[in-house]
Amino acid sequence: MRIDDKGERIPLTISKSNPEEGTITVVCQEVGKTTRQLGMLREGDEVLDLVGPLGRPSEILKFGTVVIVGGGVGTAEAYPEACALKKAGNKIITIIGARSKDLLILEKEMEEVSDQIYIATDDGSKGHHGFVTDILVRLIEAHVKIDRVVAIGPTAMMRRVADITRPHQIKTTVSLNPIMLDATGMCGVCRVVVGGETKFACSDGPAFDAHLVDFNLLTARQRIYLEEEKSSLQKFEKRGQNLR
Amino acid sequence: MSAKREMKLRRMPMPKQPPEKRIRNFEEVALGYMPEQAIAEAKRCLQCPKPFCKLGCPVWIDIPAFIDAIKQQNFDKAAEILRDKNNLPAITGRVCPQEDQCEKVCVLSKAGDPIAIGALERFVADYELKRGLKIPSVAKKTGKRVAVVGSGPAGLTVAGDLAKLGHDATIFEALHIPGGVLVYGIPEFRLPKEIVRAEVNYVKSLGVKIETNMIIGRITTIDELFENGFDAAFIGTGAGSPRFMGILGESLNGIYSANEFLVRAVLMKAYRFPEFDTPLKVGKRVGVIGGGNVAMDAARTALRLGSENVTVVYRRSETELPARLEEVKNAKEEGIEFRMLTNPVRFLGNDAGWVQKMECLRMQLGPPDESGRRRPIPIEDSNFTIEVDTAIVAIGQEPNPLIRQTTSNLQTDEEGYIIVDENFSTSKKGVWAGGDIVPGEATVIQAMGAGKRAAQDIDRYLRDQA
Repeated sequence: MRIDDKGERIPLTISKSNPEEGTITVVCQEVGKTTRQLGMLREGDEVLDLVGPLGRPSEILKFGTVVIVGGGVGTAEAYPEACALKKAGNKIITIIGARSKDLLILEKEMEEVSDQIYIATDDGSKGHHGFVTDILVRLIEAHVKIDRVVAIGPTAMMRRVADITRPHQIKTTVSLNPIMLDATGMCGVCRVVVGGETKFACSDGPAFDAHLVDFNLLTARQRIYLEEEKSSLQKFEKRGQNLR
Repeated sequence: MSAKREMKLRRMPMPKQPPEKRIRNFEEVALGYMPEQAIAEAKRCLQCPKPFCKLGCPVWIDIPAFIDAIKQQNFDKAAEILRDKNNLPAITGRVCPQEDQCEKVCVLSKAGDPIAIGALERFVADYELKRGLKIPSVAKKTGKRVAVVGSGPAGLTVAGDLAKLGHDATIFEALHIPGGVLVYGIPEFRLPKEIVRAEVNYVKSLGVKIETNMIIGRITTIDELFENGFDAAFIGTGAGSPRFMGILGESLNGIYSANEFLVRAVLMKAYRFPEFDTPLKVGKRVGVIGGGNVAMDAARTALRLGSENVTVVYRRSETELPARLEEVKNAKEEGIEFRMLTNPVRFLGNDAGWVQKMECLRMQLGPPDESGRRRPIPIEDSNFTIEVDTAIVAIGQEPNPLIRQTTSNLQTDEEGYIIVDENFSTSKKGVWAGGDIVPGEATVIQAMGAGKRAAQDIDRYLRDQA
């Protein structure tokens, strides 16, 4: 998505679509200049460019019992996957979490599609006081039969999920979110190392086997433009204040 | 030697921004001839009865005729002659490797400088753009629809030529602006984007439709295009996928593919960050790996973005450098360093994951390899390191797999390039391909030549069908 003729191209996930009406639903968190601008749009406003869907479709099969772990805004991406997996005949156990209850999203929708749902907040304002991964550990310790785990959220959360399921050999997929530029497979900025091989998250992913992902590299690469992201947002906000 | 004969032998030099000035801006380096300079240069042309230059042109421009029109000071006529064969003369006049084509076979080069055909082409094309383009008459509509995938030089040419022949051509472009490598790869200082826009508008004025943000292979497929009423298709997607060296440390922060570096700088205008939202981090010491035009473009862009030292590292010797001579010369004038016979073997980084050093091996040249160039052979224990905080890998590209994965009956070679015959027809009925997605290296003009030949063959095919 590119908001205007000076805008950057940013990758967003489609969480719902309605082909009859020709609409898609996109959820994003306001973290930088572009997402802040998106948050300021009103009904009827336009964005300049939209291209997609891109990337490879997720693997949707009947696995048995699937635990869906959604962290923060990652829940928006986990939701359609939960729906598709449910439709394929899986039992769905959902764990969603956020920093606090105000930041929880799609709670009702997730509840409807899940056989069981658990909620965790960092500040304890709703559900378990702690992390989504605490609940995953508890499920495993309680010997709940888990055939597959799908984790979508902040990189630190996905890494922790991978560490938890690895010793139990529970096949786990994560949806990686490195920096992207064209998102068509042309630039390689989103390269990640999976099982020792370099892959492009935009065209080979975004879903990969969590136990094979080099999370150290991913984390380092996500930090490349921190300074610029910050300065761009600050400048934008300052301009906004001056206008007011 | 008389002064007059001396003048006959030497070409009119191209006016340029001086190096010390141009390394601080992104404006065009070459400024173009003034009319009197163009006329003087045109007067040097011998108007050979059997012009070799014409045979050297991949898009069959009547070179002696347009030069003669310049000599007669009839620039409108010169423009008409150019446009007859070339849909994008303001572009080719700037980026064609004339020294390997038309100018290489110019008879004058036996005794002195060949005619500056490229500079003259650019002069005429710029004159025409300034005057305002005339919309040419196109043939009667045939009602046949052709899908063109990719709006780079090959796609623009094939679509433009098909439109001239009366067919309905629609270009599908994956990015948000049409032009392909002309807008995402070749920097402003070599090819101003305003020029590309004007030439794309010319192609549109012929009746070509361009749909941006359309990724064929994801949003829809070639097979679906046929189901939706297209009668033929041309694939000109470019190679698309950056090649890395596969060495240790290549994903450290600060290491870019040339594609990423140039897409940020050229397409997204990162050199104007934060006015434009896309950033590009360039350090003080930049290493560029590779010896082609893309490597030169990346190196010179890095310099303009404020790097103190930019070094081009190439594994063969200067004789084998695949970049245009002119661009190597420009790069050297600007202070780019060249380290030939050098090949990186690993990158070393700091604790935070940023590149700090590039370890290289010295090379020597052995007997020629399959490309006909002398093969570089590593010299044992010759390892040394170059300090870099930014590295740009410009060693070429591989074909993007999307189209071949999603198109039935489309034959590709073991590397994934689409196999075509001499008319750029593929194994799939009604589908042609050209440019960087077919085997062999393609320059802008070679891609255009492919588009031209394909357009003629597609026209034959569509008329046989009717």
